[in-house]
Amino acid sequence: MSMGVGSAFSTEKISEDKMSISVGPQHPGAGHFRFTVTIDGDTIVDCVPDPGYVHRGAEKQTEYRSFLQSIPMLERSSLTDVTNIIMPFSMAAEELMGIQIPPRAQYLRMIMSENQRILSHLYWLGIQGIFLGHSTVFMWPLGDRELFIDLGQMIGGARITYSYAIPGGVRNDMPDDFKDRALKVFDYFEARLKDYEKIFFNNPLVLKRTQDVGVLPRAEAIKLGVVGQTLRASGVKSDTRIDEPYNFYKDLNFEVPTYESCDTWARCMVHLVEMRQSMDIMRQCLEKLPQGPVRVKLSPQQRAQAGEAYARVEASRGALSFHIISEGSTKPYRVKISVPSFRNLIALPRLLIGSHVADMPAIYWSLDYWPVEADR
Amino acid sequence: MSTTPAQPILPDEEKSILDFFAKLGERTKVVFAKPNRIKINVTRENLVEVTKFVRDELKFDHCTNVTGTDFPKDKQLEITYHFGSIGGTGLRRIILAVACRVPSTDPLLPSIIDLYPSVNYHERETAEMIGCVFQGHPNLSRLLLPEDWTDIPPMLKAYRLPGRLEEG
Repeated sequence: MSMGVGSAFSTEKISEDKMSISVGPQHPGAGHFRFTVTIDGDTIVDCVPDPGYVHRGAEKQTEYRSFLQSIPMLERSSLTDVTNIIMPFSMAAEELMGIQIPPRAQYLRMIMSENQRILSHLYWLGIQGIFLGHSTVFMWPLGDRELFIDLGQMIGGARITYSYAIPGGVRNDMPDDFKDRALKVFDYFEARLKDYEKIFFNNPLVLKRTQDVGVLPRAEAIKLGVVGQTLRASGVKSDTRIDEPYNFYKDLNFEVPTYESCDTWARCMVHLVEMRQSMDIMRQCLEKLPQGPVRVKLSPQQRAQAGEAYARVEASRGALSFHIISEGSTKPYRVKISVPSFRNLIALPRLLIGSHVADMPAIYWSLDYWPVEADR
Repeated sequence: MSTTPAQPILPDEEKSILDFFAKLGERTKVVFAKPNRIKINVTRENLVEVTKFVRDELKFDHCTNVTGTDFPKDKQLEITYHFGSIGGTGLRRIILAVACRVPSTDPLLPSIIDLYPSVNYHERETAEMIGCVFQGHPNLSRLLLPEDWTDIPPMLKAYRLPGRLEEG
């Protein structure tokens, strides 16, 4: 077998004082992703990422399907973030089809999208907990996550993949008892977040392992084009929901959290604050939710006009965009997906080089890198 | 390609970007300009020079996406860079697309990695997916495709998905 972009597939001594270590793709934390680090003693001196283990050609497959048929396939790229990955696809398709979706559908999309953000952040928190040796914060978030999975199920009808934000609006309306249930969950979880803060985010051991570790200065974050929590933790107040508001985000009140310390701790804190905020946004949406239809009826083989569209949203891990080129048929001519994990990957070698081996898991997972999403 | 209405009402920022490109004369050609989205075409000879203007004069500081598209009817490949701006005033909502078409038989174009470090993995992916070559890129090795991939680049229209009879 060829040795690929890195060096060895196993640990290898490459000189008197340097050693190359292969991390992944079977590592329980890394996901289906591999990178090679070269270490000199305890210090990482080189890092070569090697993604692609779960590349399934999602972009190619969309060329064989109608816009609607692509939805279930596309959302499987990012199972913790299904609504946010298909929403920009639907938005771009709607632009090409020349349709405007009803206001209620846009509100429901926002509710689902924020619920998804909490789901994704809780999953992230659980893994970050175990990476830092904190097994309580592995179990608590994954337990609390069930409550939000239930909320998603109430609207979407499935636990994980709902195919909810389809071209034309959303698949179905929400049940009448959703609001009461959601508000109860939010009250519980607000109190719970205080516990998380106490036992994890303000834990002296966690602080020691994350503060001043993996520092990405502001100017470099912009230059590397990173997105999401990684960008905001480097002090850049950028969020697609504010920069280019879609749905009804411009009518809502929320702040974009930023931190100036640019380190792993800051990236953790952005996740925490965003969970609180997502609940606040959902509360506002439930308050303002207008009555009306939730979907424009489209043919399953709806034709798009010739042209191109570029739509983006703020997904759980950062800005996610779809570039669709259409030649006027029922299928897209070309679909290009730009996902936050792929864009943040460039920061991994930058952050790991110069760090200690023991800090590797904390830095890696603070980027919230999701290999399946990055490989598409 | 574009189906934009003849004269969309453009905000000031978009207008000033168009004015800037007008000053560059024949080096750029505006494909469409609508609120928040502008696309221009450049030849590969002018790509580096124009992207330098995009970075230094127009303040688009990072690359958000690179799309490589095959147009077998024209025997051309189109490489579209999408740029975003964090530092430019009022520009965060705008995505500026700079497209460059190259002949399929001679798919060479300069890499802009020296101007935009953020295009690194995007260019690597585009190179392996449609088979173009970014000259000057330090490492165009395999990124997402399997190491033992021997077929033609999969995003070319000539590549058919196995088991799919329909036209893609």
